[in-house]
Amino acid sequence: MTQKFDPKAYVAAMAPVIGLTIEDAWRPVVEANIAATEKAAALVMEFPLEDTVQPAPVFQA
Amino acid sequence: MSELTRPWTAARTANAVRNREISAETVASNALEVIKRVNPLVNAFTEVTSERALLEARCVDTALAAGHDLPLAGVPFAVKNLYDVAGQTTLAGSRINRDAPAATADGHLVSKLKASGAILTGCLNMGEYAYDFTGENSHDGTCKNPHDLTRMTGGSSSGSASAAASGMVPVTLGSDTNGSIRVPASFCGLFGLKPTFGRLSRAGTFPFVANLDHLGPLTRSAEDLALVYDVLQGLDPADPWQASRTTQPTLPELPKGPDGLRMAVAGGFFRQMGEPEAFDAVDLVARALGISEEIDIPEAARARAAAYVITTAESSTLLLDKIRSRPQDFDPDTRDRFISGTMVPAVWLQQAHRFRSWFRDMMREIFKSVDILLAPATPFHALKSGTRTMTLNGQEMLARPNIGLFTQPISFIGLPVATVPVWLDGAALPIGVQVIAPAWREDLALRVAHHLQEMGTVQAPVADL
Repeated sequence: MTQKFDPKAYVAAMAPVIGLTIEDAWRPVVEANIAATEKAAALVMEFPLEDTVQPAPVFQA
Repeated sequence: MSELTRPWTAARTANAVRNREISAETVASNALEVIKRVNPLVNAFTEVTSERALLEARCVDTALAAGHDLPLAGVPFAVKNLYDVAGQTTLAGSRINRDAPAATADGHLVSKLKASGAILTGCLNMGEYAYDFTGENSHDGTCKNPHDLTRMTGGSSSGSASAAASGMVPVTLGSDTNGSIRVPASFCGLFGLKPTFGRLSRAGTFPFVANLDHLGPLTRSAEDLALVYDVLQGLDPADPWQASRTTQPTLPELPKGPDGLRMAVAGGFFRQMGEPEAFDAVDLVARALGISEEIDIPEAARARAAAYVITTAESSTLLLDKIRSRPQDFDPDTRDRFISGTMVPAVWLQQAHRFRSWFRDMMREIFKSVDILLAPATPFHALKSGTRTMTLNGQEMLARPNIGLFTQPISFIGLPVATVPVWLDGAALPIGVQVIAPAWREDLALRVAHHLQEMGTVQAPVADL
């Protein structure tokens, strides 16, 4: 997944899914930002976690 | 005349007012005069609530005359403009929120301070929607560092730091999601407290990242941090994120100092990417405390990465309507980050949350053998305003996202931190050190911070403006 990440294609595909207007002048910075997020996420995704490790929500019904 | 009370701490002010040596009204009008003169130099306030301040001050004088005791009698304060203030629109540093109606009531912490006799003087500049480490804001203008007007205050609680460091008020409230109290406290040379996640009510503030937001004070003394923090504590049913913990007063604990505490310097990640001043400051504090041990904190870089993912995804979801309908009205420096944050896949976000649990459990193990950890608050002194890139360890990188390098892994798991201001020999600027305690032990961090100030190792002088 991580080797093939293409921020340009990803932003082009996601913008209509989310309903975003991205002016041409903003696009390179948006792409740089999602590329940085992907880099951070890759660090998180490659770390092995036991199945028992759960997120810690505070929602209480 | 107005300069007389300018350098006073909150403790000194409250003492003088409670002993009727000076009236709250005089203190308030002094503060308003100083604000009028100094604020145009630093651009910290976005709103000065003069009428309210004088009215509240007269009420305090009347209450004292009637025999009431108020722990913060006559202490002027101001709040980051994401706190609700009755009659004011809660801007959260944005242009878009200007269209929202004015708040009908004060936020919970603002009302706590008011009930203790403190005097609200206004609302403070901040980075747009708190997504900022610099203090730059395209709508309200750049907030300036009182110790060097050409330099960043740090953000996003930029006005909170600038107002306290320039002596306009002794106490401000800020918020800290990834470092937004600790970074400006470091750049502007203040004491800052980021309490444990879930400790203080966030009701009546504009949110940023529900899973990571903390509120807290910035002051010019550790004693003031404790004095104000003790007033801010207390359960509030209006905040579903608040933990059900009883109030734990810290002020009576301060005289204990570091006695009996096991202390160490945070190693690994926290000793790597920074300018010499960041590590010199930690070493200076460590020597003063007699600390020789260094403890490695595994996976801190990953913790920072996970905080980054959670921040961008959750804040962008909160602002989704605005980023879809009015992207051109955002600050260009935050807009493109918010747009990209709306595209984060669920698996990245959820895995970051699962890693958060892992990292918290690992840190709990570390805190079984230590009570206090020291780490730099920022990797360098305040940068020149407008700095875009910097070089650390020979690696060129973007300045903005890396200012919070050392604060992010700590707030990620909600540990309490008191930031203390160090002035190295010959340095023209301060730099902060994080005094990190285990969850729910703000008292320990404040004891150490107070001791360091008593010894003269750390200090927060009013900037010469």
